[in-house]
Amino acid sequence: MTANAGGPRTVSKSETDDFRSETEQEDAPLGTPRVADPVIESRDLDVYYGDEQALHGIHMEIPERKVTALIGPSGCGKSTFLRSINRMNDLIEIARVDGELSFHGKNVYDDDVDPVALRRKIGMVFQKPNPFPKSIYDNVAYGLRVQGKADDVDEQVHTALERAALLDEVEDQLDSSGLDLSGGQQQRLCIARAIAPDPEVILMDEPASALDPVATSKIEDLVEELAEEYTVVIVTHNMQQAARISDKTAVFLTGGHLVEFDDTNKIFENPESDRVEDYITGKFG
Amino acid sequence: MSQAEETAEITTGGARGIDDRKNAAIRYVFFSCALVTVLTTLGIILVLIQGSVEFFQQVSILEYLTGTEWSPVIRPRSYGVLPLVWGTLIITVGSALIAIPIGTATAIYLSEYADPQVRKIVKPTLEILAGIPTIVYGFFALSFITPIIQYFVPDTGTFNAAAGAIVVGIMIIPMVSSLSEDAMSAVPDDLRNAAYGLGATKFEVSTRVVVPASLSGVIASYILALSRAIGETMAVTLAAGMSPQITTDPFEPIQTMTAYMVQIGISDVSVGSIGYQSLFAVGLTLFAMTLSMNLISLWIKSRYREEYQ
Repeated sequence: MTANAGGPRTVSKSETDDFRSETEQEDAPLGTPRVADPVIESRDLDVYYGDEQALHGIHMEIPERKVTALIGPSGCGKSTFLRSINRMNDLIEIARVDGELSFHGKNVYDDDVDPVALRRKIGMVFQKPNPFPKSIYDNVAYGLRVQGKADDVDEQVHTALERAALLDEVEDQLDSSGLDLSGGQQQRLCIARAIAPDPEVILMDEPASALDPVATSKIEDLVEELAEEYTVVIVTHNMQQAARISDKTAVFLTGGHLVEFDDTNKIFENPESDRVEDYITGKFG
Repeated sequence: MSQAEETAEITTGGARGIDDRKNAAIRYVFFSCALVTVLTTLGIILVLIQGSVEFFQQVSILEYLTGTEWSPVIRPRSYGVLPLVWGTLIITVGSALIAIPIGTATAIYLSEYADPQVRKIVKPTLEILAGIPTIVYGFFALSFITPIIQYFVPDTGTFNAAAGAIVVGIMIIPMVSSLSEDAMSAVPDDLRNAAYGLGATKFEVSTRVVVPASLSGVIASYILALSRAIGETMAVTLAAGMSPQITTDPFEPIQTMTAYMVQIGISDVSVGSIGYQSLFAVGLTLFAMTLSMNLISLWIKSRYREEYQ
């Protein structure tokens, strides 16, 4: 197997000798695991839930202001990986993390990293739309208020709603409950809420899986637009969705292994791994 | 085989079906059990109203509701219920001041902060507090709370409103904490995750997401606890005394509506006397107060139920 045959290899200053030698081990993904300007770098990341290992030695770099899709069958660890980026796994009592996950070169699992401050840099959108039982306005303003960015809340709320392509639909009803919106609108509200405090990275955990096709396509358009300003990492079940909207695709298979990571075109047209090809073409999963 | 033979096992042949045959009687047993409660409630209301009608044939409702002296047995007689209502109010407000903050904080701790193992022990322990006979609380107030109050405020008598309010407050803490905790635990983790994902601290998640989302259940628990405080009898009779008076000094003895009813209930007033009839009027007033509190609680619960879903 040629670990590096997947495409033009982009070398960055963060490349070190030990990366390749480490990734030469069984857990190294196929494809092109190096990216030009990585914001997030995962090195040999293991995650355990109790005695069960959910992720095995993940090596991955996530490029700045691009959409990176994480795909794979249920239980493959893609959501676990997503949640380990902003340390949401801390909230699960039995979760334990080994290895390194760096944000701008700083391991977020170092003792001196404050997970609350980290989550202010790395926003998140969840699978099921989960607006607070508050007004549309207060939903978007929540992050601003807890983060102490309470100057010009009005303006920031409007900007966030506009960026989330929701402002036109809700401009006259900012005081009504976020729960009165349709599912698709609720999810765009959650996106507005996540981007209002202006994070650098947005993590999305299957954001369209609970939505109808029309709402889904609106979310997809939005994701592509967001990548102009934010680094987006999106977990999806839907391979067509990954192919449509992402620049990079990581394929997780079989109980927490990252099998291949490359440009999305490459993954969908000519993957190196036979198993990835079988998965992409629907032979299993 | 004919069609009738083939379907013989699943047809009734004109008789009643299995469920009807075996269970028809059960339905009526259950129904009559349910009826006992309903009829008892109706009976109590009727008795209260009947007694009160006799009372109000001799005392004007206006005097009853606005008078500030209460002495239906001892001359000179006066029939103003306000001192009793005032006594009940002092106990209720005082106990709310104790139970609501402590109970709410306990609920937040149990729902959001406590380890599952700690919760497993603390929650049932708190609920045991609710199982202690109220007369025991009364003695606890007399023999423990009042001496402590007297240490700080030496003029305090054996019976005083403060001891009553404190002990009732302690009694209703488990009601507030247990019901509020149920409401808070029912808030979906999705909402907590959303807030954590925005960089909220645990305290912000608790106070700005969980408490607002569970507010209807929390407020309903307050009202139920208050209605319990209004109706509480033995502990306040022992702790707060039997002196109907309108006073703002919590270290004075007072008398609540319930304590008055105990006093008359065990005294030698003759059936049919005005003192006896006053029992029904006060009982009806009390019933109206707790009933309206419970209705408010029900209304709040249904009005805001499961708003987060």
